[in-house]
Amino acid sequence: MKQTSLMIKKAFKTAFPYTIPIFAGFWFLGITYGIYMKTAGFSFWYPMIMSTLIFGGSLEFIAISILLSPFAPIQVFIVALMLQARHLFYGISMLDKFKNTGMKKIYLIFGMCDETFSINYTVDIPDDVDNGWFMFFVTLLNQLYWVSGSTIGGILGSFIKFNTKGLDFVMTAMFAVIFLEQLLKEKRHYTAIIGMTTSVLCLLVFGADSFMLPAMLCILFFLSVFQKPIEKAGGLV
Amino acid sequence: MTVKQRFITIALCSLATILTRFLPFLIFSPARPTPKYIQFLGKALPSAIFAMLFVYCLRNVTIIGGSHGIPELISILIIVAVHLKKRNMLLSIAVGTVCYMLLVQFVF
Repeated sequence: MKQTSLMIKKAFKTAFPYTIPIFAGFWFLGITYGIYMKTAGFSFWYPMIMSTLIFGGSLEFIAISILLSPFAPIQVFIVALMLQARHLFYGISMLDKFKNTGMKKIYLIFGMCDETFSINYTVDIPDDVDNGWFMFFVTLLNQLYWVSGSTIGGILGSFIKFNTKGLDFVMTAMFAVIFLEQLLKEKRHYTAIIGMTTSVLCLLVFGADSFMLPAMLCILFFLSVFQKPIEKAGGLV
Repeated sequence: MTVKQRFITIALCSLATILTRFLPFLIFSPARPTPKYIQFLGKALPSAIFAMLFVYCLRNVTIIGGSHGIPELISILIIVAVHLKKRNMLLSIAVGTVCYMLLVQFVF
């Protein structure tokens, strides 16, 4: 019993530092989101409940305008599915890593947002730290940051004045570092090149608001077409 | 929208998210061996996806107007330099963000 609690404590201590940049980013974005909802006429319960149940920033932001439009359940469901389709990729990448995590697995999957997936996939967890608990705390802390941020924003509304211009770059910085770390770890960069080229091309063709879905389909297509040569070259992490 | 309709809308958003997150785990159970193709995707996808998320973060940067993406470019170059030297995620992110904030608040 004592050993278990020691192990859990250790996992928490190891996980926490990795979530600090996400704390900065999620509080900034979460508070902005809460303020946004408040100005749209929703009480703080809305951002709080939505951040708990949906826990996906981009969909939550879009949901504001959906909630202000006429009721269209089927359309909402399809839009949400398309926007969240990238999680299918995260799941496929995490099939192995989530093995043997017991009951925690359900929450690990439920709370797998972009940032949590990126951390849990990239970090080399030390051998003496329990993988399941490490990933559990990364997931939990990140969600707590997001829910608390959006709730605070919803309560305080536009009372908050802060010169945090540019703070939202913390998310870009984090994904830049995660991408770089991945490049440093892998020996061959074929898949990164495929991802980068198709994303940039799709961004140019489809525009900022709707490039993700075509980009994902292109990535899937090219990876499937080049499966043999990529596997033959090896060097994937 | 009535309050009830709002809650149905929120529930549907939640359900769609849960579905996309759980589906791979429901289809490929740990009891049976995962198909080779899916195993390959599991290894090949992350790099491509990290590239896509990085592009996603920068999707609203305009080269032609505004600050021409110069603060972003400088900050990212600094992030790369610091990260290659120290290989410390937290430090690289902090330095890059502070650099960007200073640039957009005082220079551009």
